[in-house]
Amino acid sequence: MTDGVQPPSGPDRRGFFRGMLTIITGGLALLGPIVGGLALLVDPLRRKGKTSEGGFIKVGQLASLPGNGAPKKFDILSDKQDAWNRYPNVPVGSIYLRRTENDQITAFNIICPHAGCFVQIDSKKPQFNCPCHDSQFHFDGTKANPDNPSPRGMDPLKVEIRNGDEIWVQYQNFKTGVSERIPTT
Amino acid sequence: MRKLIKWIDDRTGLEKVIRSALFNEIPGGAKWRYTWGGILLFMFAVQAVTGLALWMSYSPSTRSAWESVYYIQHVMQLGWLVRGIHYYAAEAMVILVLLHVVQKIWFKGYAKPRELMFWIAMAMAFVVVSFSLTGYLLPWDQQGYWSAKVRTHIMSLSPVIGPYLEKLTVGGDQFGHHTLTRFFAIHAGVLPVVFGGLLLARMALMRRYREQASQEQNHSNTAESSFWPGQALKNALTCLVVMGFVLLMTLKPQWFGFTHQGVGAPLAAPADPTDLYAAARPEWYFLFLFQFLKYFPGEKEILGAIIIPGIIVGYFIIMPWVAKVRIGHYFNILVSVCLLAGAGWLTWTAKKGDAANANYIAAEAQAQMKAIRAVELASGPGGIPKEGALHLIHHDPKTQGPKLFATHCSSCHRYDGHDGTGNSVEDPPSAPDLKNFASRTWLKDFLSPEHITSDRFFGGTAFEDGDMVGFVQRKVTKYDDDEKLALERAIKALSAEAGLTRQAELEAQERELIEQGKEDLGYEIGCSDCHEFYFEDEDVDGPDLTGYGSREWMIGFISDPTQERFYGENNDRMPSFLKEGILNSTEIELLVDWLREEWYEPSTQ
Repeated sequence: MTDGVQPPSGPDRRGFFRGMLTIITGGLALLGPIVGGLALLVDPLRRKGKTSEGGFIKVGQLASLPGNGAPKKFDILSDKQDAWNRYPNVPVGSIYLRRTENDQITAFNIICPHAGCFVQIDSKKPQFNCPCHDSQFHFDGTKANPDNPSPRGMDPLKVEIRNGDEIWVQYQNFKTGVSERIPTT
Repeated sequence: MRKLIKWIDDRTGLEKVIRSALFNEIPGGAKWRYTWGGILLFMFAVQAVTGLALWMSYSPSTRSAWESVYYIQHVMQLGWLVRGIHYYAAEAMVILVLLHVVQKIWFKGYAKPRELMFWIAMAMAFVVVSFSLTGYLLPWDQQGYWSAKVRTHIMSLSPVIGPYLEKLTVGGDQFGHHTLTRFFAIHAGVLPVVFGGLLLARMALMRRYREQASQEQNHSNTAESSFWPGQALKNALTCLVVMGFVLLMTLKPQWFGFTHQGVGAPLAAPADPTDLYAAARPEWYFLFLFQFLKYFPGEKEILGAIIIPGIIVGYFIIMPWVAKVRIGHYFNILVSVCLLAGAGWLTWTAKKGDAANANYIAAEAQAQMKAIRAVELASGPGGIPKEGALHLIHHDPKTQGPKLFATHCSSCHRYDGHDGTGNSVEDPPSAPDLKNFASRTWLKDFLSPEHITSDRFFGGTAFEDGDMVGFVQRKVTKYDDDEKLALERAIKALSAEAGLTRQAELEAQERELIEQGKEDLGYEIGCSDCHEFYFEDEDVDGPDLTGYGSREWMIGFISDPTQERFYGENNDRMPSFLKEGILNSTEIELLVDWLREEWYEPSTQ
């Protein structure tokens, strides 16, 4: 090196310049892999679940539902996209259906609004019971126990009777843990 | 900020470590040939970053490996870029570690006390090659599958432990889920740890040598500088140049001799154990070994695959001692140069051989087409079923039809003059050519006196002197203009029976003409003298023309041509494919859909 001819501040300034250049060069070299890697990593964020678009799914026949207001569990069959795989007509969720006076049909998503567990029908009392954190709900979906940790009652779903005896339900999932009903699918 | 740094430093002493790494004195100053450590570390980091990102989207099983890689490559954002960088950086790394070893030999980098450095360089080369060998199989495509088959076979040749080694690597007797899980664990778990260890050992040794060298030279005449920023800048520039190449290869693989379509790394069709992949070749840096093995046929294979390479590796290990002998160092260089030249020559010979090999070129082209088709099907409206992408291919008329035709039909029939797959057949055909069967053009030629007895139609069959030929030759020959027009309409009507998608538009436009043709077919032309057509008649024995050439009609015909509805007792030599159990119904459907040219095609928009 020919440091001798440089002004006193030369080596230092040159050292700084080289340091900066090193950082920039190294950063540039790593840019491709890091940007690509991050983009691939966050890919799920740009994938939206299929919006229901008011899509109703046929779940069963009126005749299969007792008229006494006792809820019955039904599976929701639909096409499912799981990353690269497409499964036609597989169970994607479950609901409770009940028939009350005047053939009034109500539907609840089986998922507990608290933390997303599946709610069961209590074996002794006429109510729903969440096995995870002991949320209890009346059959009309409202909270049954004072220390219920769920922020809201069970999530009702829209029901339509078509062709006389077919039960069609607009299947939707909602964000858990909040008091507002925000659809996620 | 400063406080935080101090807090951390008080508890870790990190600052001192970083300082000593950055301002580590380099005897003789910064040099380009000291950038090896930096570039190897950099490449390892690149592979770790891209590898981790790929890992998060990859699924190692025989029904999901290709599928997940397809998804990374074609659906996920910048997946092709990450996979491309990972793939081409691996290739660059192979070159780099080899050059690294060569450089150590050339500059006598193995002389005392640096023997360990040399062996570490060699170990790194082995690890990098192992990365490639294991990584190549992970997409579970035809290319990786058939290459890995050869490799595990070579492994099995090793004396005594060979068969056990093979079984352990494969995870059983046959390639399957456990082959992938094992290869993946080695690739993403074992090898990175080993390589990281080698890098650390290399750095530690390097520092030791530098310190020793500094003390010996005692700050004498040679200029000296610290790692930062001089050497660091050189390292960074080297990394940028190599990365530039990797990115260029990712964006324009065709500039570097890759034959696949599109950007990024190649992805062949999904591994198919029933479909021999004639285009299987190892990566270019193994071509020399591939060529070398050709010179050791049969039982001698072990010589070329294990013994000779083993001796060569053994020699490299003892090189540091050979160098101690007078001219030993030059002998080492000579051996290395000869081996490199030999490998280069073998690679060139292999390339030249392939370039002149028509079979290989055809197989390569077909492999590319299959790869494209596999992606078309996977991105199709049905998506990939749970059985995996191979299921799509096995149920694709476009790919399976030709194969089925070649195996089961081409001994008598032809398809556009060939056997369905494009190969010519030596014997003359003895049954009609089925390309365009039941289409307007096919029927027009069939019903013309010039063609019906040619070997495109009834020339080689028992019907050569039959009533149909008689009718065409005696009657059609004498048709006047009106009758010719009637025949033309009848042909349109008969062809409409087939319901071919590719004629649908035309047929919708000519609906009236076709209705008229149906009448002509019965009365004017007189087909109903011998054939049934929308009526039952026990006295006629020609095939029923109702629904002639339709999917259902053809399936029925191939299943059993001896049915009354078809040739009955007059059937020539055609087997009853379903009844005799030669083909199953799925295969017949595939064949029919292929003959009717009805398969999924992506829309061109």
